[in-house]
Formats: sequence, structure tokens, C-alpha cells
Amino acid sequence: MPDSLRRFGRSPLFWPVLALAALLLLNLVLNPLFFALRVDDGHLYGSLVDVLKNGTPTALIALGMTLVVATRGIDLSVGATVAIAGSVACAWIASAPDPTSPSAAMVGAGLALGLALLLGAWNGLLVSVFGIQPIIATLVLMTAGRGLAQLVTDGQIITVANPLFGQLGGGYLLGLPLSVVLAAVVFVAVSLVARRTALGMLIQSVGINPTASRLAGVRARGIIWGVYVFAALCAGVAGLIISSNVTAADANNAGLWIELDAILAVVIGGTLLSGGRYSIGGTLVGALILQTLTTTVYTVGIPPEITLVFKAAVIIAVCLLQSEKLRARFRRRPARPVDPAPDVGGDGPVQPSMPHLTKANR
Amino acid sequence: MTATLPPTVGSTGPTGRPSWLPGPRLLPTLATFVVFVVLFGAGSLRYDGFLAPQVFLNLFVDNAFLIVLAVGMTFVILTGGIDLSVGSVVALGGVVAAKLLALGWSPVLVLVLVPVIGTLLGLAMGAAIQYLEIQPFVVTLAGMFLARGLCYVISVEAIPIRDPLFTAAATTAVYLPGTDLFVSPSVLVAVLVVAVAAYVLASTRFGRTVYAVGGNSHSAVLMGLSVARTRVAVYAISGFCSSLAGLLFAFYSLSGYSLAAVGTELDAIAATVIGGTLLSGGVGLVVGSLLGVLVLGLIQTFISFEGTLSSWWTKIVIGALLLVFVVVQRVIVRRPT
Repeated sequence: MPDSLRRFGRSPLFWPVLALAALLLLNLVLNPLFFALRVDDGHLYGSLVDVLKNGTPTALIALGMTLVVATRGIDLSVGATVAIAGSVACAWIASAPDPTSPSAAMVGAGLALGLALLLGAWNGLLVSVFGIQPIIATLVLMTAGRGLAQLVTDGQIITVANPLFGQLGGGYLLGLPLSVVLAAVVFVAVSLVARRTALGMLIQSVGINPTASRLAGVRARGIIWGVYVFAALCAGVAGLIISSNVTAADANNAGLWIELDAILAVVIGGTLLSGGRYSIGGTLVGALILQTLTTTVYTVGIPPEITLVFKAAVIIAVCLLQSEKLRARFRRRPARPVDPAPDVGGDGPVQPSMPHLTKANR
Repeated sequence: MTATLPPTVGSTGPTGRPSWLPGPRLLPTLATFVVFVVLFGAGSLRYDGFLAPQVFLNLFVDNAFLIVLAVGMTFVILTGGIDLSVGSVVALGGVVAAKLLALGWSPVLVLVLVPVIGTLLGLAMGAAIQYLEIQPFVVTLAGMFLARGLCYVISVEAIPIRDPLFTAAATTAVYLPGTDLFVSPSVLVAVLVVAVAAYVLASTRFGRTVYAVGGNSHSAVLMGLSVARTRVAVYAISGFCSSLAGLLFAFYSLSGYSLAAVGTELDAIAATVIGGTLLSGGVGLVVGSLLGVLVLGLIQTFISFEGTLSSWWTKIVIGALLLVFVVVQRVIVRRPT
């Protein structure tokens, strides 16, 4: 086996990429035209383009989520932010003097993104300043946020017919859907920042050990605040794309459970929920796996009612493949007799004196 | 290890606070109680007929299944974990029960089998969390999808329940002795679950181990406590409670529907947190979770008494209340003890 291939085999991206390739191959076998692309009117069409286009909102949200998770956090409120952003934009456009004017779309979208930033700042405030656990701090907005979105739309579905706003979800740039191009640009930018600047490393250091990074002079508070704001901004953009796609705001269902999909994409991509290790590329692959999975369900003709079972099976399979414990069990090497227990203080005598306990309790 | 709390009567505690003051561990639960009383008082002043014992009892009748869910969730959160699958398992319990009854199974057998399924599902998730070291969040999320998906596999449409035993459980009113006040049989089940759980957590070896695992699992290991077994067991308990809640929900709605109880896991988590259980584990009381559910139920009652308020106000108020509680908890925890 060539060296580079072997190195890839050990990389955290190996299993996710393999899973994605397997899913794509399965689709190709079932539908020989799956990889076919055609150009119509200067626009690219095909199943692969559909996968990209439909997966864009989840991928964007998962991107923001990756950074949040990298700092040991989690953001459950992104689905609510999606609903709020879509509702505010559509409500503004619908109530504008000329609902079809470009200025109404610009102001509406700007308002929605500004509000998303504010919501992110709110989450960041609760987590970084008040020190509330991220899962519960963002649960507040997750619960209240959808109610706020319904308040904005008065519980109705607001439809808009604004050409400029429709471009975001339905437009094309360089032959590709505009939303896909936008997401690609954001992904590239974030990967560059994460891999080529100090900020990426600082985010990682906050996730590995917040106290140590603070002592080392890292402004953990500002960084944590920043990732929540960025996650909310991503969710806001995703919300605009989703509502532009259907040219309507549905406060009840827009972005419903999208936070769970986003977290799944992050986890499948090899980012640790315990913080410190994150992979932007992995998240992208994870989001694509989820979207391909959905497409596969339709291609294979699996009855829609068992989609969720199928999804659960794939998640379980990927988690099992990534489980260090399970992999250790399959390796030829004899298992280490006693794992060094972390946080015990590292003095040896404790473990050898009670090996039966440590073994039994692991 | 004997299961007793350090005696505080008649002396000042280790913190120097007078012993008649509730400790920081009890304070959040007491705060929830105060909020409940204040909300109820405000309702009684504002609306005619709010201050009726039956209104109070209806909180139990309408939320019996949520009480059982919150009890299971309390066990899991006390160990520092989380269980997102509970809402889906409620639906699964209801759908399985309705389907089996429709196939002509004996209702007694169904009442036994459904909790067994839930317990096994919880056991499997607990084992994956403990032995494969996968995050509880991810495992129970997969469990959530799996349980909800199995509901759809069994039936997409709602299945009505016409079994005499189930109908009786739905329609029987249990009158409180000497009054014309009544509750449903489900309430008795829920209260029993709360009582048993409170006893188990407060005065059994297992219960104290749950607190120890949540407080500091490494210390618990070094103390020789059966951490692994306890951690698996709390998920099994949560699975049991969820499927039991599924049966109670089936009694309440007399049907099994795959879309039932969507998002209930968040209500259960919110109730547990409002009840004073810390999500980091180790601190909390089952009674607090019961109070949390009652507070959530009270907000619903408010909305229905008000009449003109739209349903989304429920979510906004619950969110705001959640916020107040986590901030208050944070202040209490931060205070040097």
C-alpha cells in the first residue's frame, strides 16, 4: 500500500469519506444516471447538484456548529434562528411598500442577519459570561425562539414574491446554484482561517483546556462568544436560503430539527463533542453523507416511513466505526491491562492496588 | 456504604450557615416551589375558578406521562448524561401497544411487554455509552431516530385503541376519599413512580451511587462503586419510564400515533432543569422534577384560561422561565459554599 494511502487510512476522515463513497456507489448501481450532469440554459443539473443544493443549509449550519463544538460547546438554538431569520426577512418584505423591489429584499435580509447576530451574541453571553452550560443556555433560545418566530409571522405562513430574494435559493452563479457557491466560499474561508491562522489554533486550545488556555493568555471568553455569533450567522444565512427556496416563511417547520442533523454531520465528520479536535472538511463530508442518505432513500425506493430507521442505522454504524474502544478490541495487539485513568493525579500506586475495581468498572 | 446524609440538625453546617436554612442543594427546588405557588396565586387573582382543587389536580391528569418522563430524565441527568430518545420512545410505546391490541393480544401482556421493550432499548443505549464510550448525546439521538422510525414502520396512521381495559383506564375517575375531586388512574401510576424514584435516590445504595457518579465519576470508581453498572442502569430506567409514559399517553389519547410526543424530550429536560437538577450531574431531586412539570403545566393552564393568548406564548414563557432558573442556579452554584 502506498504511504500516502496508508496515512489516509489512519486519518479521521477515512471512515466518513469511505461511507460517502459507498453511498454514492450504491446510488450509481441503483440508478446508472446518478452521476450524469447536463447543462441546460447555462445551468448545471443532475442528481449530484441536487445533493449539493439540498444539503447547503445543513452544511452551513454544521460549519458554525463545528466551531462551537470545537470549544466544547453545543448550539441547540440554530433551528430556531433559522425560523426567526426566515420569518423576519419575509415579514419585512411582505410589509414593504413594494414587496418586489430589490431594496425590500436587501433590507429584509440585512435585518434578519442582524437579528441572527444578536441571537448569537445572546447565546455567547449566557455561555461565556454567565458560564451557563451550552446545552441548556441554547435550549432557552431553542424553546423560546420558535415561539418568537411565530410571533413575528402571527402563526401564518408568509409568502413573498421578490425576484432578488428568490435568487438566493433559486439563482445560479457560474452554472452552479447560488446558495452552493455561497456555502463553498464560506467553507473555504473558514478552513483557511482554521488551518492557516492562529485563531484556528486558539479555538482548538480553548476546547482542549479552557483554564490552561486562559492561563496561557488566550482570551477564551471572546473566542467562545465569537463562535456562537458565527454559528448564529450561519444559521441566519441558512434560514434565508431555506425561506428563499420556498419563497415563504414557515415559522413552525422551517429548520425544525436541523440542529440535530447539523450536530450529526459534525460528529460523523470526526469532530469530538468533548471539544478540542475538529475538522471542517469532515463536517462537509458529514453533511454530504446525510443529504446523500436522504437522496438514496428516494432512489432506492425505500418507503419514506422507514427513512428514520435507515438514518439511525447509518449513524450507529459510523459511530461504531469511529469508536476507539471497539476498534481497539478488533486489533491484534493484546489490550493494555489497565488504562491510565485521567484526572486521578497520576500517582501509580492507586491503580495497581485495585486492578479488579478499575477493570470491572470500565 | 450506608446511605445517610450528613446530619445538620441542631448545628451549623460546614459552610457556617444556620442549619434551619435550606442548603444550596435544596434551594433551587424550593425556588421552583415558590414560583409554582406565586404563579398559582397570580392565576387565582386574575381568573375566576382558577383557585379550585380540581384545577390543581388536572395539572396531574394532563401531565401524568410527562411526570414519569421527567423522573427517568432526572436519573440520567443526575449522572451527568442526557437522554434525547424519550419522546420517541413514548410514541413507540403507544404505537406498539395500539398495534398489538389491534392484533388481538391480551392487554395484560401488552402492559408487560411495552415497558420491557423500552427498558431493553435504554439498556442498549446505556451499554453503547458506557462500553463503547460514545457520547450520550449522539447515542440517544440515534435512539431517538430509531424509535421514531420504528413507529413509522409499525404504522404511519394513528391506530385507535378500543380495548376495554385501556378504555377503562382512560375514562375511570378515581375520586379522592370523601370529596368529589378526581384524578385518572394514570396519576396514581405517576405518583407511585415519583415516590419509588425518590426513595431509590435518597436511601438505596444504587441511588447514592447515581449521585456519586454525577458528582465525580473518577472518585466514584476509586471508591469502588459500580460506576459502569449504574451508568447503564440509569438509561435502562429512563427507557422504562419512557415506555411507561407511552402507555400512560396511550391511556390519555386512546390511540397510538407515530407523531405523538414530538419534542417531549425537551419538555422533560426543561422540567428537570426548572426543578433544580444540575445538568452537570450530581445535584437534584425527583420532587423538583415533579414541581418542574407542574410549573410547565400551570403555564399551559394560564394560556387556556386567558383564552385570547396564542399558543406560541407557551414556548416563549417556558424559555424565559428556563432562563431565569439557569441564571439563578448559576448564581447559587457560584456562591462559595
